[in-house]
Amino acid sequence: MNWVNAVIQGMLLGGQYALIACGLSLTFGVMRIVNLAHGDLAVCGAYLGLVLSSALGVPVWVTLPLLLPAAFGAGMALQLLLLRRALRHGVLAPVLVTFGLSIMIENLLQVAATADPRGLNGGALALASFHLGSGITVSWLFLTAFLTACAVLSGLQLLLSRTSWGRKVRATADDLDTARLVGIRVRPVFATVAGIAVATAALAGIFIGTIGTFDPLTGTDVLIFAFEAVVIGGIGSLWGTLAGGVALGVTQVVVGEVNQAYAVLAVNLLFLAVLTVRPGGLFTSRQAVREIQGQGAAG
Amino acid sequence: MKRDTAVGSRGTEPSVIAVAVSRWSAAASAFTGVCVLAVAVMAVIPFVIGGPAEQPLITLLTFVAMASLWNLLAGFSGLTSFGQQAYIGVGAYALYLVAEHGINPFGGIAAAAVIAAAVALPVSALVLRLSGGYFAVATLVVAATFQIVATLSPSVGGTTGVSVPGLAGYGDVLREALIYWATLIVAVASVAGVYLLVRRTFGLDARAVSSDPVAAASSGVRVGRIRLLAYLAAAGGAGAVGALIALQTLYVEPTSIFSIQYSVYMLFMVLIGGMGTIEGPILGALVLFALQETLSAYGAWYLVIVGGLAVAATLAASRGIWGFASERFGWSLLPVGYRLRVPPPPDQVSDRPARAPTA
Repeated sequence: MNWVNAVIQGMLLGGQYALIACGLSLTFGVMRIVNLAHGDLAVCGAYLGLVLSSALGVPVWVTLPLLLPAAFGAGMALQLLLLRRALRHGVLAPVLVTFGLSIMIENLLQVAATADPRGLNGGALALASFHLGSGITVSWLFLTAFLTACAVLSGLQLLLSRTSWGRKVRATADDLDTARLVGIRVRPVFATVAGIAVATAALAGIFIGTIGTFDPLTGTDVLIFAFEAVVIGGIGSLWGTLAGGVALGVTQVVVGEVNQAYAVLAVNLLFLAVLTVRPGGLFTSRQAVREIQGQGAAG
Repeated sequence: MKRDTAVGSRGTEPSVIAVAVSRWSAAASAFTGVCVLAVAVMAVIPFVIGGPAEQPLITLLTFVAMASLWNLLAGFSGLTSFGQQAYIGVGAYALYLVAEHGINPFGGIAAAAVIAAAVALPVSALVLRLSGGYFAVATLVVAATFQIVATLSPSVGGTTGVSVPGLAGYGDVLREALIYWATLIVAVASVAGVYLLVRRTFGLDARAVSSDPVAAASSGVRVGRIRLLAYLAAAGGAGAVGALIALQTLYVEPTSIFSIQYSVYMLFMVLIGGMGTIEGPILGALVLFALQETLSAYGAWYLVIVGGLAVAATLAASRGIWGFASERFGWSLLPVGYRLRVPPPPDQVSDRPARAPTA
């Protein structure tokens, strides 16, 4: 049967979703911003990878040492120039600003790169695969994406729980004013968090572009998938995000096995079902639930 | 104009200050008169000028309706939905379905509004659990889901779409005039409906919910009910707008009717004009209309500018053009709040019993 295969492929696909989603989750957890341009930033990463790899004539992986620091810098600049100002105007302003940014990015990309779908040069890795038992073929590229996601999530978890930077981030996320009172400089904390979020988004964008194709409008779909992974997994839990991504990926591939047309619909329905039954997601703290529901639930 | 006395008790001795609490003004009366006149003039345009004036006005009036409805949702109630295209789509398909069953398509506009609000009821139970950015993305998911459902439904033409039936009996001139009048009615009903709604207690409650739900709830505002009412009203209005768009284009196709572009436009008009005012969205609709007339030839650059202006407006002028003007010059042509003024001559203090100021 193909079911085992579908589940394995779905889990591997879920890794990619988790990789996109972790930046979204981090930004929300620390700065209380849902970055509606997150998916577009991932697509920007893919386009930057395309430009660099075709200019240098190398597979896109070779350009990562250039690309990731650039994305990190872009994230810091985004935070310092735009989001920091938006946060001063209340809770709705970041939503409006990041949506406006998303419109600008999508249309600038259309101007600069046309609406043609593109793919990235993944080198030999893109085509290699190995057999796992009868009828199950695993692509090295998918496996790499999944393992990268696990590595990034573990790395983030370690950074947050073991380093002094992580302590500052957690303190800021818990209580901004108290963190300031005890002498934490919040601005660099926010800037580095935004940098990491955009760098992971760009890395995810590279995998999206190598595995499939992308065009200027892919960002909205990417955002929706990332958001669904975050909500299904539970806000503020990085491993929950991985579980959410895997749940999405498995649903998509298994339903797609029956009828490809229903794959994305099934994913959206799974998301709406989780929202109905367990609005806080599968692995989440009570405090995080209160955060996403706002205090509106009080009425 | 009411003249009330409020007792100030901030100092050690309570002092009596006479304040004037007013909402309506001569300017507001004059402007309402101008509005009525403008609507009357627009109503007779099909007899006088006809087609050449109708087409651009249809676009403008559709913008006015979309902006006013989104303002009710985001500006007054704090629900920044980027998925109102879901109900625009539902309205358009509802119009097709009722027209298919032999009902007059122009009567179908009202049916489309009711159907869109009915569809919004179960959806609201899901999305209103969330707030802020999470609400925003959840509404995007809902719109994407509706689009897929339409694509997968052969009864409404799947990916190819359907053309709106029941219009063959009308001549071109009559059909266009009827669509124009229908758009005018929906636009006027949206602006007037939102205005009359927010002038009631609902307006104060909604703004309280928007700025601080906990404080609102603890003051006895029924937060859930206010949000539900705003969401359903905006969805019903979007359904009527969707039905109009279906009549204007004569064709309903999933990718264009569920396009996120509608949300982009709504956001832009309300932000530029001024959130949480009645005048602002109308002004924003005029600005977007002017931009579209001058820049739409530049394709994607047009939307880059629209997005950029929206970002700039949020950061630099968060109250929009109208918010700025009313703050700077004290203008208020369609007032929704009350103003409290201390009259200059101190000898005019009235002896009427004290009443709490209303705003």
